[in-house]
Amino acid sequence: MNYQIDNKGFYGKFGGAYIPELLRKNVDELQAVYLDILESEDFKNEYARLLDNYVGRPTPLTFAKNLSSKYQTQIYLKREDLNHTGAHKINNTIGQILLAKHLGKKRIIAETGAGQHGVATATVCALFGLECVVHMGALDVKRQAPNVARMKMLGATVIPATSGNQTLKDATNEAIRDWIANPHSFYLIGSVVGPHPYPDIVSRLQSIISEEIRVQLEKEQNTPNPDYVIACVGGGSNAAGAFYHFLDEKAVKLVAVEAAGKGIDSSETAATITIGTTGFIHGSKTLLMQDDDGQIIEPYSISAGLDYPGVGPIHAHLAETGRVNYISATDDEALNAAKTLALNEGIIPALESAHALAALDKMQFKKNDVVVVIVSGRGDKDMETYITHL
Amino acid sequence: MNRIDNLFQNKKQDILSIYFPAGYPNLNDTVSNLELLQKNGVDMVEIGIPFSDPLADGSAIQAASKQALDNGMTLSLLFEQLSSVRKTVSIPLLLMGYWNTIYRYGVDLFLQDCQKVGIDGLIIPDLPLEEFEEHYKSDFHKYGIYNVLLACPETDEARFKNLANASQGFLYLVSSSATTGGSLKTSEKQKDYFNRIKMIETPSLIGFGIANRNNFEYACQFANGAIVGTAFIKALEKNQAQEFIKDLI
Ligand SMILES: Cc1ncc(COP(=O)(O)O)c(C=O)c1O
Repeated sequence: MNYQIDNKGFYGKFGGAYIPELLRKNVDELQAVYLDILESEDFKNEYARLLDNYVGRPTPLTFAKNLSSKYQTQIYLKREDLNHTGAHKINNTIGQILLAKHLGKKRIIAETGAGQHGVATATVCALFGLECVVHMGALDVKRQAPNVARMKMLGATVIPATSGNQTLKDATNEAIRDWIANPHSFYLIGSVVGPHPYPDIVSRLQSIISEEIRVQLEKEQNTPNPDYVIACVGGGSNAAGAFYHFLDEKAVKLVAVEAAGKGIDSSETAATITIGTTGFIHGSKTLLMQDDDGQIIEPYSISAGLDYPGVGPIHAHLAETGRVNYISATDDEALNAAKTLALNEGIIPALESAHALAALDKMQFKKNDVVVVIVSGRGDKDMETYITHL
Repeated sequence: MNRIDNLFQNKKQDILSIYFPAGYPNLNDTVSNLELLQKNGVDMVEIGIPFSDPLADGSAIQAASKQALDNGMTLSLLFEQLSSVRKTVSIPLLLMGYWNTIYRYGVDLFLQDCQKVGIDGLIIPDLPLEEFEEHYKSDFHKYGIYNVLLACPETDEARFKNLANASQGFLYLVSSSATTGGSLKTSEKQKDYFNRIKMIETPSLIGFGIANRNNFEYACQFANGAIVGTAFIKALEKNQAQEFIKDLI
């Protein structure tokens, strides 16, 4: 089974580039050059150098002693929370800003939900001296105020998106409209979503997560392969990166956790794979939450970074082929998991990552199992939510 | 003969096409809007299929689509509303919508229903030409429905020619790099782009940002006519649809 993108930009039947003609030239250009650039020595060297001395990679693989005894198994945490700017998002923005530089772009557009991708984009724009415009749902601007302040301090312009539910979907619509109106800008997308080649670009850039896990586990356990890798899924970038080098390792069980919100049957949910159907969103054929009339349903999750009605096409394919097991965790389960991690390991996770941790309560492990959970980000940005709910 | 071909054969200049979303401003206005437009000399109409996430549209069409959806508009209801439109309306009618709603409805059923009610063509901004040719061209042909393609200022020469050749009925020239609802900014570069039309045989209409008589006349210097959307929706809102059309032509 092939889990990677084919030469037309599809993962099985999902993916492609369903975009208005207005974006065609930009997307064609990117499709034509992205692999050459990503695989060039220049790019690889500069990317590796920045990950090392700017982002602070490799991030630790922490053996979670207390959690392990609580769940009677061997749990490791992949610490993306320790990256500069506090989440895995910067792995991607460092790579894409180098792409933008190669293409001679001067103005960068991004969308953001939790604000992590916005901050990571504003950061690399500051570093490279490029203009940065971040679209963010007006509701998210309110619930992620610290990140809005960070983006502004980093010199970015934050534009609140006032359409729809005023969350990530709407921010993405506005970012794409901005790109239509400013075709000489570079759209720096934040997850494995959007038209081909974005899902492949972002997967490759995030694959550093699984690349490092393999090296680190080899040292710890004398094998690069764990029994389980567990990650949360919004658009699906930290999960795609965490699974990337394990996709062809049949023995490694891959588990992705979506946000169930108030429950998958509650109509207030963001569990796209669980309740979604095939359709088109933000330029890609994938699973999405829609009604019988093909209108996109507004998602809900306590976590702004998972509050998205679509999912990257790679995940639609991994779900359809059965390679990855998609489960979901509710707001309450995620809040509890965050508390458990804080009390047992001294780590306050992002609300998004707390969904991955919540899977530990839903699964059965053997004592010798090696379980890697991706802590995709740190909880600083979520303190207000934690204060109200815990 | 397809009504679109018929129109372009009989009229070479100053063709006026109007866009408005189905079910707007009130749920049951679709057909009365069409009748009013025909009566006032409009040559062709594009009926928008309201969508929750219209990527290529600016705020006015987004808001109108949302209102139509809030009114209760659906694709099945649209076909119901149009079921006897051909008794009173004879100008060419197109549906303009995003691929997700059509795909969800079922492409074959959708085309069949288009044929049944007398739709002549479709404008689907996010269905790529390659996907259309590979998977859907023969179905469109079977039901006699035209697929109208868009070109824009960023489109390079070679692709422009491809689009012009592949587009059925006419080529939709997007006036500038923008979503709908902007204002028409004229420039020498834009003139060069518009003048490409002269090298092709497919008829063409210019759309996006055509808001008044001046814009309309300007566009007609290059193309066979123009398409007015946002400005008409604003007139509908103010209950001045008839006056607006009269001022335009
Ligand atoms: C910390 C963190 N984890 C996860 C996500 C979800 O994104 P993805 O599914 O692309 O990893 C976000 C998004 O903002 C995030 O900030």
